Amino acid sequence: MTFINYAAKEINCKIVYYGPGLGGKTTNLQHIYNKTAPDRRGKMISLATEADRTLFFDFLPLDLGSIRGFTTRFHLYTVPGQVFYDASRKLILKGVDGVVFVADSQTDRMEANVESIRNLELNLQEHGFELINIPYALQFNKRDLPSIMPVDEMYRMLNYKREPTFAGIAPQGVGVFETLKSVAKQILVELRKK
Amino acid sequence: MPTAYVEVYEEEFERLEQALRRLRYDSNAKAVFLIDKNGQQIAAVGDVEEFDTTSLASLTAGNVAATDGLAKLIGEREFSVLFHEGQRDHIHISIVARRAILLVIFDERSSLGLVRLRVKRASTEMDEIFEDMNRKENRGPEGQVETSPFSEITDEDIDSLFGD
Repeated sequence: MTFINYAAKEINCKIVYYGPGLGGKTTNLQHIYNKTAPDRRGKMISLATEADRTLFFDFLPLDLGSIRGFTTRFHLYTVPGQVFYDASRKLILKGVDGVVFVADSQTDRMEANVESIRNLELNLQEHGFELINIPYALQFNKRDLPSIMPVDEMYRMLNYKREPTFAGIAPQGVGVFETLKSVAKQILVELRKK
Repeated sequence: MPTAYVEVYEEEFERLEQALRRLRYDSNAKAVFLIDKNGQQIAAVGDVEEFDTTSLASLTAGNVAATDGLAKLIGEREFSVLFHEGQRDHIHISIVARRAILLVIFDERSSLGLVRLRVKRASTEMDEIFEDMNRKENRGPEGQVETSPFSEITDEDIDSLFGD
C-alpha cells in the first residue's frame, strides 16, 4: 500500500522478500544494509530466534532520494521462510507494493521453492492481490554452491509471469541490488499510472 | 490496479497533527504517534527525536498485526487496546478508524487511566478526520483532481534514484 503524504511530500512503499527457509532473504537485506550509505538507511531490525532464524520479520528502511519533489522511501521486509510460520507470513504481506522471491538454487530445494511460490500466491490472494499483477522480481540465490540446478531449468520451473529474474550470491552481493532495483522500478511505474 | 494507495493531504494532515498535539498535552504524554496499519508513520508529536520513529512505526504495526491474528484465533474481531508497561516508560496502543494506530508513550507524569480517557476523546475526533480523508481519496483533493504529480515521472527520474 503505497503511502503518499502530500503535506510532508513523502512516498513510502513496502517491498517484501519471500521464499523458502534458509534461502537468503535476510542475507539480501544485510547486504543492502551494509552497502547503503548510513544517511540513506535506517536501522535494520531482525526479529529472529536465538539460532538466527527469522521469527517474525526483518525490516530495513531505505531512503532513495527524491522524485518529483517527493522523498521516496522503501521499507524492506522479509518473511520467515519456515513452513509453519505461515500466519506471520500472511501478516507481513499486508499492504505490500512489490515482492522479491528469493529462490534457493540447490536442486534438493526446488520443491520448497515451488511450494513457497504457491504459498505466496495464496497469501497474496487473501489480501486481495494477484501475483500476476503485482510488481515482482525473482532471484536464483546461492549460485556459488555445488549441486545447483541450471538457471534455464530453474527459470522454466519457477518463473511465474516472465518477471525479471536474477542470479544471486547474496553474501557476496551478486544480484542483490539488481533484484531490488527491478522491483522498486516496477512499483514506481505503477505509481506513474495512478 | 493491484496497488492501493493511502493518501494524506495537507488539510487533514494539519488536523491530525493538531489532534495529536492536543492529546499529548491533555494526557501529559512524552510523545504521540499516528501510524498506518502497514507500518508507515503518518504523524508524530512530542519528544519524537528521542526515538527511532521509523522502527517504532514498523514494530508497532507488526505488534498490532500479530495481536489481531491472536484475536481472530480466539474468535475476537480485534483487541482494540494494547498496553505495554515498562519500568520507566509505557506504551498505549489503540486502533483509530479501523485503519490507523495511535501510539502514546508516557511516563510517571501521566497514568494509564488518564491516557485511556484522553485517547478515547481523541479517537472520536480522528475518526471524523479519517472519514474526510476517505472521501478525498475517492474523489481526489479539491482543485487538483485531474493530474497526479506522479503521472509525469520519467524513466530518468526513476533511474536517478538508483544513481544509474
